[in-house]
Amino acid sequence: MRRAFYLLPMLLFLALAGYFTLALTSGRDPSELPSALIDKPAPGFALAGLGGAPGLDRAALDGQVTLVNFFASWCVPCRVEQPLLLRLAGDKKVRLYGIAYKDKPENTEAYLKELGDPYRAIGLDESGQVGINFGVYGVPETYVIDKTGRIRLRHVGPLTAEDVEQKILPLLQELGRS
Amino acid sequence: MKRALLSLLLLLALGAAAHAVTPSEQLADPKLEARARAIGKELRCLVCQNESIDDSNADLAHDLRVLLRQRLLAGDSDTQAVQYIVDRYGEFVLLKPPVEPATYALWFGPPALLVLAALGTMLYLRRRSTSGAGEAPPLSEAERQRLGQILREGDG
Repeated sequence: MRRAFYLLPMLLFLALAGYFTLALTSGRDPSELPSALIDKPAPGFALAGLGGAPGLDRAALDGQVTLVNFFASWCVPCRVEQPLLLRLAGDKKVRLYGIAYKDKPENTEAYLKELGDPYRAIGLDESGQVGINFGVYGVPETYVIDKTGRIRLRHVGPLTAEDVEQKILPLLQELGRS
Repeated sequence: MKRALLSLLLLLALGAAAHAVTPSEQLADPKLEARARAIGKELRCLVCQNESIDDSNADLAHDLRVLLRQRLLAGDSDTQAVQYIVDRYGEFVLLKPPVEPATYALWFGPPALLVLAALGTMLYLRRRSTSGAGEAPPLSEAERQRLGQILREGDG
C-alpha cells in the first residue's frame, strides 16, 4: 500500500507523457481550429457576381450536397490548391461554389483568367462579412454543406490530393446517399 | 537633462498607445468605445492566436474590431456582442476560457494539485518531527575520540 503511494507521482507522469505523445504524434495541427458551425445551418448570404455573371446566394446551396471554397487573388496557398479544384470540378457530381474573400472584383477576374475557374458560381464578399459569418480566419477554406444546408466539414488551408481522396470525396459520397 | 526626460516621457506615451486600434475604427461615444476596448482585450485574434484583437494588426482583427463596434452601436449588451462572435468562431476566441464542465480540469486542476502537495508536505513534516528521525543520535565515546584524531591530523 505504502509503495503504491510512492509510485503515484511516477504514474501521473507516465499518464501525462502518454497524453502528450498521443497529441504530438497524431499529426493534427493545433493551430487549426474546429469550426463552431459544424452541424449547424450555413449562414445566409446573397452576394453579387463577377461582371455580369449572376452571383451566389444561400438558396443555391439548398437541396444538394455542395462545396463552398473561400479564396482570394492575394492568397498564395489558394494558387496551390487551384489545380486540384479544377480537377474536382471536372467531376459532374461535385457542386463547387466559390466566394471571393476580401478581394477586388478585377483582381478576382484576373486570377481566375490566369489559373482557370473551377466554380459553378462565384459570390464577391468584398467586406469579408460573409467570411466572418462562416467563421473564416484564413483563406483558403473549404466547407462541405449537406442537402439540408448544414455545414458538415471545414477544411482550413490549401487542399491536398490526400485531403480530397480521403476526406472530401468520401464525405460527399456519404452525404449524397442519405 | 530636460530633453532626456522629455524623450523618456514621449517613449512611455508611445508604449501606452501600442495597441492596434486605429482612430478611424474608434467610436465617437467614449463610453461605447471604452466598452469595445474592454471586450476587445478579451477576444483572441484567430490569425495570430496569442494576441487580442485590440493588439493585433491582422486584417481579420481589424474586421472583428469594426464588427464589435457595430454590434455595440446596434444596442447589443457586452455579453450579446461577445456571444455574436463566439457563435461564429467558437469559444476559442475567448482569451479567458469560461468555467464549465469541460474546463474544470483547467481551472481547478492547479489549485487542487497545490492543495495535494501542501497536504503531502504537511504529513511528511509532521511525521518527521514526531518520530525524531531528523535528529542524529549523540556521538559515542569512541566516535568522539576518532573525530578528535581526524581533526588533529587535519591541522598537521
